[in-house]
Amino acid sequence: MLLRVFIAITATLISTSAFAEDTAPDAVSFGEDGEVMASLTGVVGDPVAGRKLSINRKLGNCLACHVNDDASSELFHGEVGPELNGVGSRWDTAQLRGIVVSSRNTFEGTIMPSFYRAKNGVRTLKKFEGKTILSAQQVEDVVAYLLTLKEE
Amino acid sequence: MKKFTRTLTCVLALCTITTLAVANEDAELIINEELNISTKSAAPAGSALDELVSGWRFRIKETQALQMDDFDNPSFIFIEQGEELFAKVDGSEGKACASCHEDVASFKGLRTALPRHNASSGKLDTMETLVNNCRTERMGAEPWKWSKGKMTAMTSLISLQSRGMPMNVKVDGNVAGAYKMGEELYYTRVGQLEMSCANCHEDNYGNMIRADHLSQGQINGFPTYRLKNAKMNSIHGRFKGCMKNIRATPYKEGSEEFRALELYVASRGNGLSVESPSVRN
Repeated sequence: MLLRVFIAITATLISTSAFAEDTAPDAVSFGEDGEVMASLTGVVGDPVAGRKLSINRKLGNCLACHVNDDASSELFHGEVGPELNGVGSRWDTAQLRGIVVSSRNTFEGTIMPSFYRAKNGVRTLKKFEGKTILSAQQVEDVVAYLLTLKEE
Repeated sequence: MKKFTRTLTCVLALCTITTLAVANEDAELIINEELNISTKSAAPAGSALDELVSGWRFRIKETQALQMDDFDNPSFIFIEQGEELFAKVDGSEGKACASCHEDVASFKGLRTALPRHNASSGKLDTMETLVNNCRTERMGAEPWKWSKGKMTAMTSLISLQSRGMPMNVKVDGNVAGAYKMGEELYYTRVGQLEMSCANCHEDNYGNMIRADHLSQGQINGFPTYRLKNAKMNSIHGRFKGCMKNIRATPYKEGSEEFRALELYVASRGNGLSVESPSVRN
C-alpha cells in the first residue's frame, strides 16, 4: 500500500518535471568552490530513482568508481574515487549538486566525468554530441539519493 | 529448507566470484615451465610510472594460468592458422611468405623494435604495415584488414618469435615527432566522459573500475587473446575499444594517430618482456 502511494507520488513528480523549466547545462551557475545552489529543475529529487541511476551502467554508474555499501547487493564496486558511504554527511546539497554536475570545479583535474555539461570532450561520438550524461532531473535524483547516505 | 539452500548457493556463488575477482599481482610468469617472462621491470629514466607492470599481473589466477602453458593458451589455435598462411602461396607473383622468409624464426626480435621509422614512406611501420607491404609489393596480393583474423594470426605468429625478449622501441631521432604526437594523444581527455589514457592507466592502475581491474595498458602482450571475444586482438583494435568506452570517436586503425600512440605506449613498456600471444579478459 505504502509502495503504491509512493509510486503515485513519484509518477506525479515525474510528470511535473516534464513541464518545469530546466536550467540549461551552460546556464548552471557555480559558487566559488564548485557548489551549485539552485535546483536544476525546481522539482524535488527522488532518492529511489537516484539510487537506480547510481547503479545503472549506462547512466550514473557511480559504482564504476565508488564503493557504496547501500548498494552492496550489486557486484563489483569501483575504487577509483572515494567511497560514497557517508557522503551525505560530508557534503551538503549544493556541494553534491556541483560535484555531480561538473566535479572539476570542486576537484581540479579529477578523472570524474561531468554529468551535466553541454560541452563534451573532443571527438565525442556523434550520438552523444551536445548531450549531457544525465538529464537535469536525473542529477537532482542522484543528489537526493546521495544525501540519504549518512555517516553511521 | 529449499529456500535456504538456494540462498546458500547464491551466497557461495557470490563468494566464488568475489574470490575470483582478486588479481594475483605477485605471481611470476614462467611459460611452459621454462621461459621466464619479465612481467615487472624498473621504469626507464623519465618514465611517468614508478615501475612497469605487465597486464598479466592484473588478471585473476585462472586467466594467468591460460598463458603459462601453450597447450592451454587459446592463442595457439591462431598461431597454427598463422603458420598455414605463412606457407600459403597468394597473389600474382606466386609467392608465400615462406618463399622469401624461409623460417619464421628469422623474425626473432622484430616485435621488440616496433613501431619504427620507415625511410621510404616517412611514416611509422607497425607489424601490420610490414606484412601488408610484403603482400602488396612482393607477392602481388591483396592487403589484409588491420584487425581481421588473417592479419592477427600472422602478427601473432611473428610476434611469438620475440617472446621473452625485452621491448625496446626507439623514441628519438626520426621518430621523435611521432613520439611527441603519441604522448599528446595519451594525455588528451576525449569523449563525452572526457578521459585520457593517463586517467585510467597511469593514475589508476591497480584500481577496480566496476568489474575491470585497471592495468597500465601495456601492449607487450599483443596481439592478445581476449576471453571477452575469443579471438586475437590487435593493438589498434584495443585502442578503438577504449575510446568507444569513453564515448569518443576512435581514430582509424592504421591511422597516423594510432601508429604514434602505439609507439608511445610501446615505449612506456620498454624493458618488459614480449608476451605475445598473451591472454587477457
